[in-house]
Amino acid sequence: MLHIAQTALSLGCIYSLVALALFLSYRVLDIADLTTDGCFVLGMAVSVSMAAKGHPLAGLFCAIAAGGCAGFVTAFLQTRLGVPSIIAGIITNTGLYTVNLMAMGWSSNVSLIKQETIFTKFRATGIGGSWYSILLVLCIALICMVLMRQFLRTRIGLSIRATGDNKDMVSASSINPKFMITVGLTIANCFTALSGAVAGQLQKSADINAGTGIVVIGLATLIIGETVINGRKSIGRNITACLVGNIIYRFIYAIVLQTRIIPIEGLKLMTAVIVAAAIAAPTVQNQMKISSRARREMR
Amino acid sequence: MLEIQNISKVFNPGTVNEKTALAGLSLTVNDGDFITIVGSNGAGKSTLFNAISGTFLADSGRILLDGKNITFEPDYIRSKYIGRLFQDPLKGTAPHMTIEENLALAYLRAEKNTNPLSHISRKEKEFFHDRLKMLDMGLEDRMNTPVGTLSGGQRQALTLLMATLVPPKILLLDEHTAALDPQAAAKIMELTVQITEENHTTCLMVTHNLKQAVTVGNRTLMMANGNIILDLSGSEREGLTIQDLMDMFRKSAGKEFDNDRILLSE
Repeated sequence: MLHIAQTALSLGCIYSLVALALFLSYRVLDIADLTTDGCFVLGMAVSVSMAAKGHPLAGLFCAIAAGGCAGFVTAFLQTRLGVPSIIAGIITNTGLYTVNLMAMGWSSNVSLIKQETIFTKFRATGIGGSWYSILLVLCIALICMVLMRQFLRTRIGLSIRATGDNKDMVSASSINPKFMITVGLTIANCFTALSGAVAGQLQKSADINAGTGIVVIGLATLIIGETVINGRKSIGRNITACLVGNIIYRFIYAIVLQTRIIPIEGLKLMTAVIVAAAIAAPTVQNQMKISSRARREMR
Repeated sequence: MLEIQNISKVFNPGTVNEKTALAGLSLTVNDGDFITIVGSNGAGKSTLFNAISGTFLADSGRILLDGKNITFEPDYIRSKYIGRLFQDPLKGTAPHMTIEENLALAYLRAEKNTNPLSHISRKEKEFFHDRLKMLDMGLEDRMNTPVGTLSGGQRQALTLLMATLVPPKILLLDEHTAALDPQAAAKIMELTVQITEENHTTCLMVTHNLKQAVTVGNRTLMMANGNIILDLSGSEREGLTIQDLMDMFRKSAGKEFDNDRILLSE
């Protein structure tokens, strides 16, 4: 049981970075960024490959940089070349498959056997005892959350938020919305890649298919978190919701995995249903309200 | 000084929906002018504003501001010195952000203190507070309220304040009181005159209120079919009544007046 909790907590912290990225692209900028799947694997591939060569920490930073580049490509396609935002994400995502294979030395997976990772390095310091991995990922997650909160309060952060809120008003305030979308998507993908990078070093392997469905899971966790702690109220709450939602999701996942209430192959379907239901909820609620009122008053 | 030289704009050229919105229009606006612009729907008033603010590029012609050719400058660069208010009060503010944050965005047009990674300073907050107080709407005590919760009149007042927070060289007002109730409209108009007089802002205002057109400002333009058909200032404009304006419109626009509307002559 303790093991389940530990796994759920550490995975929750790691994947909360994807939710944080989606918060920036989907909630703040109002753009569905489908680069996420490929970008997650990109981060994983770069970090694990670098760790395999003996540079685990540098691997994280290179992964962040690589993710930023992927985000920039998507942003460039949609802001400068007029590609619709969803298609821009799909195009980058498709191209990333090859890039990811290349990053892993043209093989579909890379494993770390005896090489050091950030986790083995951190364990060697003796901090945290048997909770060392959770402590490390929690620190990473918290630092990222604080950075995001502070960033969104800066002038450029305000400009990015306004770009998602009212584009007309932004260009009337001497802010270039194209530049803001570019900055926002680049940063969002840095977080996604960091998530992949940490996940890869924790499980000591990178797999070309590890990113499938990450964007939907990320959205699901974001929405779960927002619902549980009423996260749309403020920026700070919304950022916290990313972590809360992920830990809840990973607990559900771990329990399903352990008890087999539903077959493990069914989890992706369950995730898809959660996301669809959560996004559809306001519309359905509204329609139900109208039809129940109509029934009452037309009687 | 704003000089508009022979600008044209045709929408959907070569199709059945072809529409000449601006037909070789030229206009010189002197510093400190407050110009009111009247004309029926489709006369090209909003198109003229769009061309001046850079929302789109005119098909031909040049636009010069203080001698500098700004024809090809994108809108977000021009917005440093050209402020604009729309009829729709929702257009000028970000609804999910607070009053303070909206003002901070508008204040980005100031050249100084714009390190992109800096936060809103205490000094700026005080400055915003003082400016809001001038509106006399109690907004200065609600700086952390999301703008989406304000009324249309309050939002338009805030937009006016934002557009003039850093005084622009040119202020474009596109029927900015038309969507408000009479009381709010009067308040916004009063604020507009007060703020523009304070800063000696050059101002162009489109209005369908003919009384406003002859009483506010120092110069009146009438537009029809993408051109200026009447340009009154000084002694010509003195003593001008709504009836005169309507007669002149009828004379210059001819029979078109019958099936077109020139609105809200009170």
